[in-house]
Formats: sequence, C-alpha cells, structure tokens
Amino acid sequence: MSFATALMEHDFLRVVALAALIAAISGGVVGTIVVTRRLTFLAGGIAHASLGGMGVFQWAGHDPIAGATVAAVIAALLIGVVAHRGSEREDMLIGAIWAVGMAIGLIAIAHTPGYQADLMTYLLGNLLMVTFEEALLMATIMGVVMILVALFWQPIVATLFDEEFATTRGLPTLAIELAVLVSIALVVVVLLRAVGLVLVMALLTLPTATAGVFVRTLGRLMLASATVALLAMWAGLEIAMQTDSPAGASIVLSAAACYILALSYRRLRPGQSGSQDQPDQKRAPP
Amino acid sequence: MSETAAIDFFDVDFAYGVAPVLDKVSLRVRAGEFWALLGPNGGGKSTLIKLALGLLKPNRGRIRIFGETPSEARARIGYVPQFATFPRDFPLAVNQVVLQGRLQAGNWWRPMGKAHKAAAAGSLDRAGIAHLAKRPIGTLSGGQLQRVLIARALAAEPELLLLDEPTAHVDTDGETNFFDLLASLRKQMAIVMVSHDVGLVSRHVDRVACLNKTLVWHGAVPLNEGVLAQLYGSSASLVDHRQTGTP
Repeated sequence: MSFATALMEHDFLRVVALAALIAAISGGVVGTIVVTRRLTFLAGGIAHASLGGMGVFQWAGHDPIAGATVAAVIAALLIGVVAHRGSEREDMLIGAIWAVGMAIGLIAIAHTPGYQADLMTYLLGNLLMVTFEEALLMATIMGVVMILVALFWQPIVATLFDEEFATTRGLPTLAIELAVLVSIALVVVVLLRAVGLVLVMALLTLPTATAGVFVRTLGRLMLASATVALLAMWAGLEIAMQTDSPAGASIVLSAAACYILALSYRRLRPGQSGSQDQPDQKRAPP
Repeated sequence: MSETAAIDFFDVDFAYGVAPVLDKVSLRVRAGEFWALLGPNGGGKSTLIKLALGLLKPNRGRIRIFGETPSEARARIGYVPQFATFPRDFPLAVNQVVLQGRLQAGNWWRPMGKAHKAAAAGSLDRAGIAHLAKRPIGTLSGGQLQRVLIARALAAEPELLLLDEPTAHVDTDGETNFFDLLASLRKQMAIVMVSHDVGLVSRHVDRVACLNKTLVWHGAVPLNEGVLAQLYGSSASLVDHRQTGTP
C-alpha cells in the first residue's frame, strides 16, 4: 500500500500529512536563514539543549514539548546575547550549551520511572505518532514565525545581510537578531516532533542546500526549500511505510538523496544559467 | 550657525580594551569637501569612521556630525563598509541590497512602497549600475559590488558619505571611473574615504588626513615626503603615479 492510498483510508494519516506540511514550510523558511547565515551549528546546539527542558518537564509531570520550547528559547537568547557582547567565543559556547542541555535531560529522564520509551521518540522523532493537538500547536508556532518574517522582511534581511550597515540606518539590530534566533528555536521545536532532535539539522540544511543549486534569491530559496522538504517528507514516509523503517531517518535520507541528485545535476550540466557567470569555487565555503 | 561642519572631532581618544587606537584626534571636515584618510593598517582609520557613525563610542573627547551626536545624525550619513562585514554569497539581488539604504530609524518596520523603490532605482543609476539591478550579488566582480555598496549608501540621500577602503576592490581599469563617480557626487555631499594607497588617492581628493594613532598631518594635497616618513616610517617614499609607466 502506498502512502497516498493509505492517506485516503486512515484518518490519522491526514494529521501526519498536515504535520509534514507544517514542518516542511517552517523548516524551509528558517532553514534558508540558517544556511545563508551559516548557523547550522547553532541550530544543532539549540536542538540538543532542548532535551534538557524536555527531560525536566517530563520528570515534573508536565508536557515535554513545552519544556523543549522553554529550553530552546533560553538557549537561543543566551547564545545571541553572549555572541553580541563578543566576550566569549560563540562556537565554544554553543558546544557547551549543546552538551549541558543534553546532560540535564539525560539525568532528568533517568530519574523519571517508566518513560524511557518516549525518549527515543524525541531523539529520533516519529511523524506517524503526531496527534491532532500537536499538529495544531505546530501550526500555531509556524503561523507566528511566518507572520513575523513577512511583516519585518526588509529589516530582518538587512540585519542578516549586514548588521553593521543596518545599525547605521537606525535599526534595532540586537532585538531583530534575537527575534530571529528565537524563531529558529521555535521552529526547531516544531521539527523535533517530525524528525527528532538528532535529525533536526538535516531538515534545516539539506532542503536549502538542494534549493541553492537552482535559485539565488532569498525569497525563492525559502519557497524552493519548503518544496524540497515537502518532497523529502513524502518520499520518506513512503519509504518508511513500504520498508517498515523509522519515519524520521527515512525522511532525512530522502532529503540527502535530493541534495545528491541536485549536485549531480549541476555537475552534469555546467553550462546552465547561473553557473555560467559564477564559477563553482566562489560558492563553495572556504 | 552657517558654518556647521560635516564632521567635527575634538580631542578624541579611543582604545579597544587597553590598547590605544586614537590619541587626541581633532579633525574638521566641512560640507562639500572630499577627504582621504590615509595611514598604515591598524593606524585607526576604520575606527575613526566607526566613531563618526556612532558604532563605537569615544573614551574621551567630543564628536559632532552636522552639529549633532553621531547617533542623531545617522540618517544623514551614507556608509560604504569594507567587504568583510557581509557574506558575499548572500542570496540577494543588487536592487534588494540597494533598497536597504532606504531603511530609516523612524519607520524601519514599514513595508517599502513605490517611492522607496524608485529612489533605490535612482541611486543605481547614479552609481552607473542600473543594468545590474536583477543580478545576484554573488555573481558580481569586486568593482561592481563596490558600486552596489555606494548605490546603497546613496539611496539614503546622505549629506556625508563615508567609505572604508573602497579602492581595495577596484581593478585598475575601473579605477578612473570609480573616482569619476565620486567626483560627480562631491558637490552634493561631503566625502571621506579611507585608504592605504597614498599615491592613488592623493591625485583625486582635495584634502588628506594622515592617521597613525595620532593625526600626523592634515590639509591640502599634495603630500610631501616628510609627512610620509612620519606616517609610515623613514623608509617610505612617495611614488608619483603620473610618472610611472613612462620610461
């Protein structure tokens, strides 16, 4: 049975499809920011630190997703403020927050009887087990982030591109930068449910990396990334159902396959528009 | 006061941590003047520009831009930064970058309407790069990108233009055109540009300030060898570009 036919027969799969759509759109938009500003490590740090909040909230008998949200936002603000002051090295701080967050989570989970099975769900995710209430929460978070990005598009882009110049134009760049980091944190929480925290980075990077082969402006990159993410999710769910494999891992491998296909396409057709006036070595990171 | 200077530095000290960068610097740039700020790397040239923009605060002394504090006067300043301040492969088209020059302290949250887009298109024209409007910045040459940054600064309709090392990326062919562009702007605004290329710059500007922690010399061009020796050490000598190339 394919995912498409199963979608017709099972109600719960419609919730899964909705959650996949939300994760794809928010991952595509925020992933574009993460990739263009080279914040992949930061996003990974936030994702793993959120385990601390999850563990503590579960131990205290609260909703672990709420805990993940709190921890992710705290981690984002901490990194943002310290990075802005410039007194500590940003990458070192991210590494520390990454490890400390996970350590807190692991200790809290060890002291929580009978919940160990759930931990794997958060680590590796399980899109197929998303409930309608969770999908609703994901949709709300996505809505807030999308509206913020759309409303403040110009100042956000100007700050991301050249913070110093944006400051000289009178923009509150620290506030904008922190808002962007909090948005990344919120979307990380959205993606946690879909692919789990270990694999969040894949959804924030691979679709945008794929899209970057074909388009070159920020808005189009966001649109194309969301499309690729959606494709990867669909393919991943299909593979997961056909082969009885974990959904999160299947989605990530599908996204990686998209990227490899895109790279091969670029390699095989070097005369394509865009790559003509921009040699490859310019685009590759140093 | 009719004689309000574009830039006024009174006895300005600045240090990053404990290492002093500027020591008792006083400088006055009048409206409509074209200055070059010369000096060795680490001599404090870029720091002076950042102080004028209010990005840094002086440890001592007073800075006035058109009689206001730097932060108050920001809207009247056009800033052309060094390339290192932004990622060159950022996925933006030229016109999108130039539009950023229209952002303003009072209404930065408002969406950009037609008037702003027209003004941005106008400054693309002034910088001579209207044909590049739709190009992603990652595909531009150094000289082209330099003009994009100038167009972005002009979009703010500045009365003072500050350029940090703009000649570093201009190829020798584009060099003359680059100074032609600045020359076309000089009557409309004061221009101060940072450079370490003494010979190149002193042919085009009308006043120079030589900075190496202290203000070594300032005044009209041409420079003499004594000033250069003070600035770069005794081994420096002035290479007159007008004479190079002819045997």
